[in-house]
Amino acid sequence: MDVRMGGRPVVEIRMRVNGVMESLDLEPRVSLLDALREHLGLTGTKKGCDQGACGACTVLVDGERINSCLALAVQYDGRAITTIEGVADGEHTHPLQSAFVRHDGFQCGYCTSGQICSAIGMLAEHGAGAPSAVTEHLSADTIELSDAEIRERMSGNLCRCGAYNGIVGAIREVASGESGRDVMEAAR
Amino acid sequence: MKAFSYVSAADVPAALRAISTEPNAKFIGGGTNLVDLMREEIERPDTIIDITRLPLSGVEELPGGGVRIGAMVRNSHLAAHRLIRTRYPMLSQAVLTGASAQLRNMATVGGNLLQRTRCLYFYDGAAACSKREPGRGCDAIGGFTRGHAILGASEACVATHPSDMCVALAALDATVVAESVRGVRRIPMTEFHVLPGDTPDVETTLAADELVTAVELPEIPVAATSAYRKVRDRASYAFALVSVAAALETTDGAISAVRLALGGVAAKPWRAHQAERVLLGAPATDETFERAADAELAPAVAQSQNAFKIELARRVIVATLRRLHTEGSAA
Repeated sequence: MDVRMGGRPVVEIRMRVNGVMESLDLEPRVSLLDALREHLGLTGTKKGCDQGACGACTVLVDGERINSCLALAVQYDGRAITTIEGVADGEHTHPLQSAFVRHDGFQCGYCTSGQICSAIGMLAEHGAGAPSAVTEHLSADTIELSDAEIRERMSGNLCRCGAYNGIVGAIREVASGESGRDVMEAAR
Repeated sequence: MKAFSYVSAADVPAALRAISTEPNAKFIGGGTNLVDLMREEIERPDTIIDITRLPLSGVEELPGGGVRIGAMVRNSHLAAHRLIRTRYPMLSQAVLTGASAQLRNMATVGGNLLQRTRCLYFYDGAAACSKREPGRGCDAIGGFTRGHAILGASEACVATHPSDMCVALAALDATVVAESVRGVRRIPMTEFHVLPGDTPDVETTLAADELVTAVELPEIPVAATSAYRKVRDRASYAFALVSVAAALETTDGAISAVRLALGGVAAKPWRAHQAERVLLGAPATDETFERAADAELAPAVAQSQNAFKIELARRVIVATLRRLHTEGSAA
C-alpha cells in the first residue's frame, strides 16, 4: 500500500471497465460505485440509496450483477466490470435498451441503468438454470420465465415511478424472442 | 466512513496471521453488511482483511454422506447448487428468500452467518442501544417493535437475527468450522449464535481472531422433504416477520422424522426443539401440528407492537408442516 493523496493510504487497482483496462489509485474505502462515477466519469450508474436497498447502482462483474454501492473497489481488482455505458454494441442499442423504450419501462429514468444491467445478469442466471424463491420445483432442469419469476428475480431493483409493468413487459419480450439469446451471449 | 488499511489474504494461514497481528482488524467477505455498518461508523476497523480470494469456494460431498460448503461460497451459488437443491431444498429456498439477487451474488456463506441485526435502533446513532454501546439501554423497547423478538429477548435487547440461511442451517444440524492460529474448532450451528442476556454486543461464540472456513451439513434423509416459508411485509426483498424451516417424514401416518426452526423471532435462528418433541412419533394431523406450535411458543413474550407475531408464528408452523405432509417438498 502506497501513501498519497493528503497522507491517506491508497491502493493501485486495475479493472477492465467496458472492455478498457483502467488503472486507479484509490483509498480502500472508495466504493466501486464512486470509483466508476467520480474517478472514471461513468455517471450512467446511479447512486440511489447507497445502502443496497434500491438497485440503481447495479453493474455486472464478470457477467454477474452486483450492487456497486456496497462493493469496495479494491476488492474488485483484476475483474471485468460492465456498466450501462458498455452494454450497447457500437451504434446498436442492447435489445433490452430498445425494449425498455418500446414498453415505457421508465418514467424519470433514474433506476433504468440499474434495471437494464440487472436484467442482463438475471437472464444469464436464468439461462444457467438458477432457481428463484418462486420456483415451484427446485430440482427442475428448466424453469419457465413467467411474469412471477421475472418480478421475483428483479425485486432488487426498485422503481419509484412505478414503471414495473413496462419493465416486466420489456424483459419478457427480450427473454422470449430471438434477442433473448443475444442477451445471454453478451453476458457471458 | 473512517479510513482504514486494506490487506488481501492469499491463503488461510495468511488470513489467520493477519487477524492475530493487526490491531482492530476485521475480515471482509462480500461486504454487503460490513460496508454498510462501516459507512454508518457502527463498525470502525483500522484494517480490513479481504478473504474473498481464499480457496474456500467449493461445495462438495463429504465421505460418509453430508456436504461441506466453503465459507466463501456466494449465496447465489449455494442456492443454485444441485446437491443443495435436491438434498436440502429448505436451504436453497431460505437463501433465495433473503436479500436480492445482486446481494446474493456478493454475499458469502461465512458473512451471512455473521450478519448483524437490522434493528433500526441499532442503526440509529442517536438512539440508545446496548448492542452498539454496552450498558446504554434499549430504545426499541416501547418503540417501533414490529420486527422484534418474541423469544429469548432480554431487558437489554429485543433485536432479531436477520438471516434466512441460518434458520435452515439450524434446522439441518449444521456445523460451523472455524480456524485460528490455535487450531480448528467445530461449532454446532445451534450454539454459534447466542441470546442477548446482559451482553447483547456478544452475538456469537466465534472468537475475534477466528475465521469461519466452512459449514458442514450432515446427511439427513428427511431434509429431502423440506421447505422454507417466509412471511414479510412485502412479497420479496424484505426481512422476515416470521419464517419457518421444516422437514417432515411420516411412516404409516405417524411422524418418523422432523426438523423445525424459526426465523424473525429471536436474536438467533430458533431451533424448535420443544415442537420437535411433540411431533416425533405423533400422528401427522393438524391437531399435532397445532400442539407442537403451542409448545414452542408457550414462552413467547410480545413487545408493544408485535403480539401478532406469536399467532403468525403458530399459523406458519402449522401451514408449513401441513403442506409438507400433503404435498411434499419444493424439490
